[in-house]
Amino acid sequence: MRMTLADMYNTPDERNLLDTMKQGIIGKPLDRPEGPLKVTGTATYSAEYKLDGCVEGVLVLADIPQGTVSTIHRDDVVAMPGVLAVLADEAMVRRSTQGTSGKAPAQDVQTVDYFAQPVALVVAETFEQAREAALALKIEYEGAGNPVPFDPESADAEVETPSDSKPVKGGDLEQAMRDAAFAIDVDYDTPGHASAAMEPHATIAEWQDDRLILRGSYQMLAFNVKEIADCLSISPKKVRIIAPYVGGGFGSKLGITHEAVAAAIAAKELGRPVRVVMTRQQVFQTVMRRSETRQRVRLAADAAGKLIGLGHEALVSNLPDEDFAEPVTQATEFLYGGENRLLKVEVARICRMTAGSVRAPGEAVGMQVLEAAMDELAEKAGLDPVELRKRNLPAKVPVEGTPYSSRMLVEALEQGAAQLGWDRRKPSPCQTREGDWWIGMGVASAARVNVMIPAEARVTLNADGTALVETDQTDIGTGTYAILGQIAGEMLGLPISKVRVVLGDTSLPAGAGSGGSFGAISTGSAVMRACEAIRKKLGKKLGCEGDALEITDGMASHGEKQCSLIDLLDGEDMAEIGSIKPGKTFKDFSQASYGAFFAEVGVHAFTGEVRVRRMTGAFGFGRVLNAKTARSQCLGGMVWGIGSALTEELAFDMRDGHLVNHDLAEYHVPVHADVPALDVILLEERDAAASPLQAKGVGELGICGAAGAIANAVYNACGVRVRSFPLTLDKIIPHLPDPFVSPA
Amino acid sequence: MGSSIAVAIVNGVPKPLPSDPRRTLLDWLREDLALTGTKKGCDHGQCGACTVLVEGRRINSCLSLAQLHESDTIETIESIGSADNLSALQKAFVTHDGFQCGYCTPGQICSAKAMMQELAEGWASAQTQDLTERPLPTPEELRERMSGNLCRCGAYSNIIAALEDVIASDASLQGAQA
Repeated sequence: MRMTLADMYNTPDERNLLDTMKQGIIGKPLDRPEGPLKVTGTATYSAEYKLDGCVEGVLVLADIPQGTVSTIHRDDVVAMPGVLAVLADEAMVRRSTQGTSGKAPAQDVQTVDYFAQPVALVVAETFEQAREAALALKIEYEGAGNPVPFDPESADAEVETPSDSKPVKGGDLEQAMRDAAFAIDVDYDTPGHASAAMEPHATIAEWQDDRLILRGSYQMLAFNVKEIADCLSISPKKVRIIAPYVGGGFGSKLGITHEAVAAAIAAKELGRPVRVVMTRQQVFQTVMRRSETRQRVRLAADAAGKLIGLGHEALVSNLPDEDFAEPVTQATEFLYGGENRLLKVEVARICRMTAGSVRAPGEAVGMQVLEAAMDELAEKAGLDPVELRKRNLPAKVPVEGTPYSSRMLVEALEQGAAQLGWDRRKPSPCQTREGDWWIGMGVASAARVNVMIPAEARVTLNADGTALVETDQTDIGTGTYAILGQIAGEMLGLPISKVRVVLGDTSLPAGAGSGGSFGAISTGSAVMRACEAIRKKLGKKLGCEGDALEITDGMASHGEKQCSLIDLLDGEDMAEIGSIKPGKTFKDFSQASYGAFFAEVGVHAFTGEVRVRRMTGAFGFGRVLNAKTARSQCLGGMVWGIGSALTEELAFDMRDGHLVNHDLAEYHVPVHADVPALDVILLEERDAAASPLQAKGVGELGICGAAGAIANAVYNACGVRVRSFPLTLDKIIPHLPDPFVSPA
Repeated sequence: MGSSIAVAIVNGVPKPLPSDPRRTLLDWLREDLALTGTKKGCDHGQCGACTVLVEGRRINSCLSLAQLHESDTIETIESIGSADNLSALQKAFVTHDGFQCGYCTPGQICSAKAMMQELAEGWASAQTQDLTERPLPTPEELRERMSGNLCRCGAYSNIIAALEDVIASDASLQGAQA
């Protein structure tokens, strides 16, 4: 069944097959096929399967920051009503697994690495019994001999260059700064962020003989199977994961976490299915955080405002021995010119929960700071911020010299500006006042690297003229059900009603998983290639090449010849597995999605409160696969941008490293009232280097730079430049102009 | 409390309340009645994913113990429509893509249903400018009144568009003169 087209994506597929197809559904704003299930509450999420004899586990967290468990007073708790077991198995995990790791994270929960690390699991017949027993469980600890500091800025914190992040150096930045007509040298900081997906992490584990079945909430099932198998020292072939609906991920469900491993161990021990659902507080305290960052940006521009030098250095943090370091400068490498450059990330080793991927790792915080610094340069150089950006788009990636695959940044800047009415912006601050509100506008570029990872999918053209798409790819709200159906329908000439998509089960071919904006282009390309193989076979039956075949609404034709798919299939199903792997196109071209954000804010002249009044995002990310779901991805990213600009901040207690605001009442994600009607402009683009679909990633683009546009608008409104995100009132009020003095 | 015979009316059907006094209304619905359309997002009344209607009013079902609801009428998302027979509100959510992952969605819809009723009855909010007039369903009013329902996917603009659509097609929801 394996198709013959080369797996590796080594040369751009310029055939642009999707544009030659006739069905006309690709890119259309079709409704999500699973929508009716979601709006009626009948889509089944991880914790919602009813298994006979299933019992409940509740995790117990350490109340010390580091040390070792010396005694667990099991006996008191085991005697409580309904309690079945108190587990602290050495295979349980003490850290979350990094995305795409495919291996067990740090295990053995007798060692405590950070405050609130899970150290035990209490299992009981009912949730209430398990929760009461977990609260009653007494655990004694010994402190750590050589404690790790809690504060990344502490003199005791060990600072390293991360193993997978090489600094970018070119020319002489110091000299460029001295030679510059206009120079900016500023320090910014951003706080830690939480993914805070609405569905808390949950797993139901069930053993059938030596086979483990997990129903859970994960983003990348093919990797998760390997991770859980490695944790339990069993073969990945013995593990099946089922996750057809996932209540959001945003990075926090990339890798296997505590509850999954604990549930599997408990289910084995008890011979019954075990469900472990993390509380909201546990999710905040134990799964991935986005690292806080301190960033120094240096911009050296000539008299015309062209960059001759660019520096972007960041300090991030993580636990000792973790490879991940927030790749803050990822987009800075290719976005703007300036051959004299120094880009560098360093990681401080501290005692807080694992730092890992949270939506758009790198760009989410790197771009908002770079774009705020660019605003400072525009002001210094006396240039319009849009014009400054347009002047600094290099022909090739600085230092490396790699060409760009495609880049719609200029179009995004121009169309976004027109949409928001940028021409009404006053170049200097404190010029527009409406009642008690200072009004201002800001702009920022958007950029996010395009990534592909290996993916497979099976497409079956059924004898009845319908099609079935199957892969373990997840839909975490991304629109995967919709777009994979549209790709298959377009390629096979079927209306969307004739295509069914089945996802989220590792008994199916391994898709890419959801993360890094790569799900759609990777698994979507695999679906497209499976369809291509089917078309080839169909063409043979009709006596032509696959590419020459025209199929619309189930009717195939070539020249004069015409035949329905049902007749062509003649009672036989036709199934093909398509696959793709990243190849040379990813080395030969710099690939990224681009865009621009325009924000209008009001800043209250007395209280410093910031309200986003209007916001426009214009984005170019190759082919749009579904204009409705892609737009929603962009909207969601912009909402995250509002959160990171104004409200979101993980607050740690420096005495013991505990997360103070570990729930949704204290960690402020944006609510309805924080979000105005947002405009999204989707730019038409084709990028053959990025994928055979001509599409690039979009899932994270909407956040990458968004907070910078808002911060720049705040400055334009009231003249207060805040270099510490989020822009809370306390950072604005002391610097506000006299509220009783009206603008000239 | 006579818990063995006490019932609540859930989606029109009397259901015996649970014997464990610790069981929340949310867990009772999800675990004992298998009505998993009502979601648990935080269990602390902070996210709104567990919103249901009790005696026609929206509440966070995670903040209420099941045994407190003897004889109460409770409506969950399962009573509002089915996948092949969506209510106007549910249809509007699908059309306007008022959700992504779908986890907050039943709560948003239950909340919106009660919220529109509150508006029609003239309840004021922090956004209401004139307390002597019936409030109008402006975007600002809708956003204010829906702010107890978090959506981390950020579908807020689309949810408001869905609500505006439903309100526009139903004169009784448009806030006539007091």
